[in-house]
Amino acid sequence: MVELDSVMLSRMLTAMTLIFHVIFATIGVGVPVMISIAELIGIKKKDPYYSLMAKRWARGFTIIVAVGVVTGTAIGLQLSLLWPSFMQLAGKVIALPLFMETFAFFFEAIFLGAYLYTWDRFKNPMTHWYLSLPIIVGGTLSAFFITTVNAFMNTPAGFDIENGVITSINPLAAMFNPATPTKVFHVVSSAYMTSAAILATIAAITYLVKRDQEYAKRALKLTVTAALVFSVSTAIAGDLSAKFLAEHQPEKLAAGEWHFETEKGADLVVFGTLNEDNEITGAIRLPNMLSFLAYGDFNAEVTGLDQIPDDEEPPLWIHYMFDFMVSIGFLVLGITFLYVLMTYVKKWNPHQKWMLWAIAAIGPLSMLAIEFGWIYAEIGRQPWILRGFMTVAEGATTSPNVGWMFLMFFLLYAVLAGGVLVVLRKMFKDHPAELELEHLYKEVDEGGKR
Amino acid sequence: MSISIKKLTKEGSDNGIRIYRNHRSLDLLYGYLIVASIDFGAGFFAYYARITKKDHIMNKLISRYLSPVWEVTNVFFVFFFVGLVGFFPDMAYYFGQALLVPGSIAIVLLAIRGSFYAFESYGSKNNSVYMFFYGATGLLIPASLSTALTISEGGFLRVTENDVRLQFSELLLNPYSWSVVFLAIVSVLYISSMFLTYYADRADDEGALSLVRKYALFWSIPTIIASMTVFIALSQHNPEHFNRMFDYWWMFGLSVFFYLAAVFLVYSEKFYGWAFIAVMFQFLFAFFGYGVSKLPYLLYPYVTISESVTPETMGLALVIVFIAGLFLLIPSLFLLMRMFLFDADYVKGRK
Ligand code: HDD
Ligand code: HEM
Ligand code: HEM
Repeated sequence: MVELDSVMLSRMLTAMTLIFHVIFATIGVGVPVMISIAELIGIKKKDPYYSLMAKRWARGFTIIVAVGVVTGTAIGLQLSLLWPSFMQLAGKVIALPLFMETFAFFFEAIFLGAYLYTWDRFKNPMTHWYLSLPIIVGGTLSAFFITTVNAFMNTPAGFDIENGVITSINPLAAMFNPATPTKVFHVVSSAYMTSAAILATIAAITYLVKRDQEYAKRALKLTVTAALVFSVSTAIAGDLSAKFLAEHQPEKLAAGEWHFETEKGADLVVFGTLNEDNEITGAIRLPNMLSFLAYGDFNAEVTGLDQIPDDEEPPLWIHYMFDFMVSIGFLVLGITFLYVLMTYVKKWNPHQKWMLWAIAAIGPLSMLAIEFGWIYAEIGRQPWILRGFMTVAEGATTSPNVGWMFLMFFLLYAVLAGGVLVVLRKMFKDHPAELELEHLYKEVDEGGKR
Repeated sequence: MSISIKKLTKEGSDNGIRIYRNHRSLDLLYGYLIVASIDFGAGFFAYYARITKKDHIMNKLISRYLSPVWEVTNVFFVFFFVGLVGFFPDMAYYFGQALLVPGSIAIVLLAIRGSFYAFESYGSKNNSVYMFFYGATGLLIPASLSTALTISEGGFLRVTENDVRLQFSELLLNPYSWSVVFLAIVSVLYISSMFLTYYADRADDEGALSLVRKYALFWSIPTIIASMTVFIALSQHNPEHFNRMFDYWWMFGLSVFFYLAAVFLVYSEKFYGWAFIAVMFQFLFAFFGYGVSKLPYLLYPYVTISESVTPETMGLALVIVFIAGLFLLIPSLFLLMRMFLFDADYVKGRK
């Protein structure tokens, strides 16, 4: 049994907060993109269904953002409260993007306020659409900034330590450390993908319960197409991330792939389990594939766990996390591809029950992939909080009260999760799209007359 | 504030950026103080109006103001503590170690407040439970956040080589700490009612105006009493800081002057806008007087400004980003203000 000391409890509390926050953060980054596209199509095609889509998404979005903001505030403060020594060191080197992130939020918050309260205030609807752009920029920039901080924890750069004192600090080099490009690409792309997938899930369920089918058809087409595009870019980004790991963080890749011996032409281990003697059973072995994935060359040498000091080896169970993430990635890619194909082939009807049920699954699945991916990335960094410089145990608070705080935050997140569900249900259950559309048509007509 | 920068630089501080940095985090704290007070107090008044059955007069006004800006308020807070970590990492270490419990309680209260506000205003309207939370957290949050200021006066921490502990019992039994809590709550209600008075006047809402004007005049009295109490309690708790305050007596004098001006204007029922500006100056001078007189200490007696600042390159980078950020934010904030707070039609409820 693991001992529940302050370090362990701090890790659990951090993990709980982040796992909860990332649900809302992901939607916060991706959904503005979808809102903006829908509004633009609505304006260009003069199709009120799309304008309505943008409006309804934006309305649900406000609730999600609210929870994203409060949980983000929690994690922001918790970093200092739970990891004071880490933040003391990190603050000296990586404070810049943390600070810039708040500017990005500020920017986003201001324009979100403006966007939400000005739907019918401008003569030219394009003016309102322009307001959606700073929201996208703000959300994506905040993802970018926070991801650079996480990248820094994985591949610290931009400073030296001489006799325990930090010197030659270069904030930009810290921000643009080796992990930054692939990480940012993968995180942003998977956020867009997941947001599109969640909206697709909603549209599919709406269609399945036989409400608002005209509306749902359009929503499906838009969201599933977007989810397809973004899942392709996510897979590319994931591949680049693996290549990055091979180069800069081989222990994470090796632990994730159960690659024990350093060798040329390494096999890729897919699925399977480990027995007591750390032997792999029931796995599929793809010959030479790991070398290819890591270096684009079937014969390249891939560092195995034998090269890593025992006390710096990440836990081996992250293999499952990696496999779940990748499987979901390809599954979602397949489902969305099939749907898009069916809409282009006249004979096939994409709105069959099984297809819609499959689409209904991609939202929750993608969100799970986000969680699995993060757990893989974060546990794969163990035992380091700042790889090579500070271990998790060195970074943690010594306060004896972390356990109580864990309970308190657990209750908080339970209340927030319940609240979100209740409010979202209320918001859409009694307001079907068709009903709203009648109001909107009236507005459109009046607009035409003016 | 520019005066104080000059003064300090003249007094032989060799490093302009260092002073400048200190002021940036004070700016952030001051900004948060004003914006958040308006918001926190408004929550309390909304609840109070409801239990005294006056909500029909008040609540439209309050919700029209709060809806567009609640998130901005929250961002100010994040700004402040992230700024603190960035500018003073050592300070973040001490506070992080010591404030786990009060800090976490503040986060939970803030989280409940922010999310319930959103739930209510976009979801279920006029729910009593929510209103209660919204009102109560408005007072509890300033109280729990004020412990950070209290602790910075020293005497509440037990520091060993790799451990910092907050002495709860001392904190709870100390008159200075209670005087700060009292001041925090009272000032929130004062600042907020002063702003609402001005806002009601802009909105030509006679009914609400006469009500919030009464609140404002009422809360002005405990505000001045609480300020005096804090002075007295500080003279007991940290005489060194107390004596340094006399070097900056003119700042506190100006603060009292603006206080009297604000109350006078509201009492004589005119120039409510100027009255609120006077309130802002009142707190500006009190706040910077407090901050400047405390230097070089940030946390008595462990952290001083000269040891704790971030290394030069980072400090410079942060200051550059801060200024660049302001160039981005001030115009956008201005836009928001134009659209909501000061758009006469919107304020009057026609949009
Ligand atoms: C919708 C979500 C999603 C999907 C479908 C995928 N990923 Fe992923 N993955 C993430 C969401 C994610 C993430 C949540 O965004 C992570 C966590 C940390 C990070 O940088 O991104 C991540 C991390 C992550 C890492 C670790 C990066 C690091 O620690 O620096 C690798 C190597 C991959 N992924 C590889 C892949 C591959 C080869 C995929 C094949 C399709 C894939 N991912 C699909
Ligand atoms: C939002 C998605 C994220 C999720 C779901 C996530 C998940 C986790 C998990 C599961 C742990 C626990 C690791 C363990 O106990 O072994 C953890 C630790 C941690 N994460 Fe993340 N993480 C996320 C993003 C980030 C980012 C962007 C940062 C940087 C700013 C960060 C900073 C930390 C820190 C400081 C710890 C504690 C140290 C440690 O246990 O390694 N996380 N996170
Ligand atoms: C990769 C994982 C993360 C992503 C993509 C992400 C993105 C977001 C988004 C989109 C929001 C909502 C803001 C809005 O819509 O206005 C948010 C809120 C917030 N996040 Fe995260 N975040 C992540 C992890 C973290 C971590 C590890 C921290 C801690 C440093 C953090 C700090 C915050 C803060 C302080 C807020 C609230 C800001 C406010 O008051 O507006 N986030 N985040």
